[in-house]
Amino acid sequence: MDFASPRAVSEALTSVDYLPNDRIAQVVFLAARLDKPILVEGPAGVGKTELAKALAKVTGRELIRLQCYEGLDEAKALYEWNYKKQLLRIQADADHDWEDIEQDIFSEDFLLTRPLLAAIRSADPVVLLIDEVDRVEVETEALLLEILSDFQVSIPELGTIEASTQPLVVLTSNNTRELSEALKRRCLFLHIDYPDPAREQLILNARVPGLSEHLAAQVANVARSIRNLDLKKAPSVSETIDWARTLLALSIEEVDGAVLGDTLHVLLKYQSDIEKAAKELASSPGS
Amino acid sequence: MLGVITGFIDELREAGVPVSMVEAIDSMRAVETIDVADRIALRETLRATLVKNLRHEHAFDTAFDVYFSMVPSPAPESPTGGEEDGETQLTPGQRPESQAFDLDALLDQLFRALADLDDAALRRGARTAVDQLAGMEPGRPVGGTYYLYRTLRRLDLAELEERLLQALIGDGEMSDFDQRLLREEVQSRIEQLREEIQEEIRRRLVADRGRDAVARTLRRPLIEDVDLMHATAENLKDMDAAIGPLTRKLAARLARRRKKRTGRLDFRRTVRRSLGTGGVPVDPQFRHPRPHRPEVWLLCDVSGSMATFSRFTLQFTHAMSTHFSKLRSFAFVDTVDEVTDFFGPGVDFGSALQRVATEAEVVWLDGHSDYGNSLETFLRRYGPQLTPRTTVIVTGDARNNYRPPRDQVLADVARSARAVVWLNPEPNTYWDTGDSMMSHYARHCSSVHEVRTLRQLEQFVEELTLPTGRPVQNVL
Repeated sequence: MDFASPRAVSEALTSVDYLPNDRIAQVVFLAARLDKPILVEGPAGVGKTELAKALAKVTGRELIRLQCYEGLDEAKALYEWNYKKQLLRIQADADHDWEDIEQDIFSEDFLLTRPLLAAIRSADPVVLLIDEVDRVEVETEALLLEILSDFQVSIPELGTIEASTQPLVVLTSNNTRELSEALKRRCLFLHIDYPDPAREQLILNARVPGLSEHLAAQVANVARSIRNLDLKKAPSVSETIDWARTLLALSIEEVDGAVLGDTLHVLLKYQSDIEKAAKELASSPGS
Repeated sequence: MLGVITGFIDELREAGVPVSMVEAIDSMRAVETIDVADRIALRETLRATLVKNLRHEHAFDTAFDVYFSMVPSPAPESPTGGEEDGETQLTPGQRPESQAFDLDALLDQLFRALADLDDAALRRGARTAVDQLAGMEPGRPVGGTYYLYRTLRRLDLAELEERLLQALIGDGEMSDFDQRLLREEVQSRIEQLREEIQEEIRRRLVADRGRDAVARTLRRPLIEDVDLMHATAENLKDMDAAIGPLTRKLAARLARRRKKRTGRLDFRRTVRRSLGTGGVPVDPQFRHPRPHRPEVWLLCDVSGSMATFSRFTLQFTHAMSTHFSKLRSFAFVDTVDEVTDFFGPGVDFGSALQRVATEAEVVWLDGHSDYGNSLETFLRRYGPQLTPRTTVIVTGDARNNYRPPRDQVLADVARSARAVVWLNPEPNTYWDTGDSMMSHYARHCSSVHEVRTLRQLEQFVEELTLPTGRPVQNVL
């Protein structure tokens, strides 16, 4: 897969309602050119996972997703031997020569592919999303290294399986811990921050049909204003989208202090944050 | 090009950004695929390949500006900006400032650019402003901030902001709420102008002195390495932003460490598991070890000089509170008061600190630090509640304003507690100079640490939760 230019990336992504900034477009372009994985970092809810989904849509590829969590291991991420089937096979002809059986039960028929292996064995190129990679332990990260740099998986009993097609790999991280140098070195780094109001307004218009330009602009401005406060958790893009939908559902045309005060709980999820934002913003009397 | 990029990478390394060999090669390979004349493309390409940590982005941006923006400042945008460009570039300082220069006209120009969101016009305006107002002299060894200050002194940005705000509000009625939103919009535009001016100044400095020299003067320590005692307001803002992720990372690291199966054998579960393998216990199960949770009392000097440091200590420790069986905080200046309740769960940290400053009774006499009296009050009021499980952490510079140290009191505290740890934000070469009483107190402490940066603070808090007992390494 290849894009002609960052601009082409930008246009393609926009066509599926994902509005990238210059940085995102440039990094995606490079990733496609250099066949390198992208490591996307940023606050929760700015569209990190969404980027991978949008890429899958744009390129018409299948999206294979590996959700990371603490305790994720080889058997869940790479491959596993289907030992029940192996057992059956052994019992089925117990009188056969053991050597033959051993040859047989460690063949591909008895291999259960997990997301990473599936991604590189797929006949058609795919988009591989490794979500929230910061949740796995540092040791588990090492599982990913081989696949990220060489696009291959080594299985002791079978040998090395190389990718028949080059997957486009997107890793996301919420930055709850420092990822290992080895992992970072293999990736292109992309930090996505909250969009500026102009871009957020475009996102809102793309994602919330029926929202007026004026309201979208107001929502975007309020979002920035709230993010400027010192909060436990700033509202994410998905939350501003929710908020815009709420406003639309309540058929509100104009945001003022009172409206904000009533609907703040859509944007903010901590009581102390809501109180603080209400004090700062919503207390001023509406027009 | 290759030479410039290697120079750039060297500069990044100098600034503390770790760039590996592989990454350097990657960046070159990546640059080959793009249009080098496109500045944004070049910047994002280098950023994606060289910088793998958000905290290093600031260093990257500064270095990038220095290395890649000097030639030729994107000039041929307009005929108006173009004509004065060539001559003023070299000796702008020589020109008499007021002559043939209309400050109001410039302000009008900037105002229009800001109002119309015209970036090109804004850049032109910034260039003129630097030409006319900064009075830059080639070869003069002053930093960019000096010129920035000179420019902004004449160019009243606050007034410009107000004017822009009034213009945008117009005649129509507008609620306070909308005004507030508008004000933030205006502020962000003004900020953009300020950055344009700064960049322009930097560009000229580079033309004058060469990249390496400018890069050297602009190099800043990474935020974890900034000295807490001498942090500027801007540093503090960055630290505030950095401390959240730092604490979260530490919490995650501690949580993971706890997972290690060092506990006793869980017989019941092992037998249950063994049923799957015909009664052979191939997969022994272990109980989770009882987590080590020390009880921590924080005793913080919140007098003027120590306020910043104590605040970060409080913030860091409270963020880790789930790792302690109990966490109590005390603030003192010349007497002591308990402030634990201000930091209950779910409380906003900023307002809690506000309350420490306004509500806690920490001043008894004159508001100068008095460690002796504070410790004595502490021992009298709270001493009986100390247990052999309590670790007492004192933060302060031990500068006692020449009052008696009464360090015997600390010895009494140490006797009833498990450990007394002292954190001093001063470099340890300053200890015991002037009115510092560090060695008097150090005698009775289990350990004394120099904690000058966020990195050291993070290290200390991590050691504190180690199950191996008391924090290691005694500095004295």
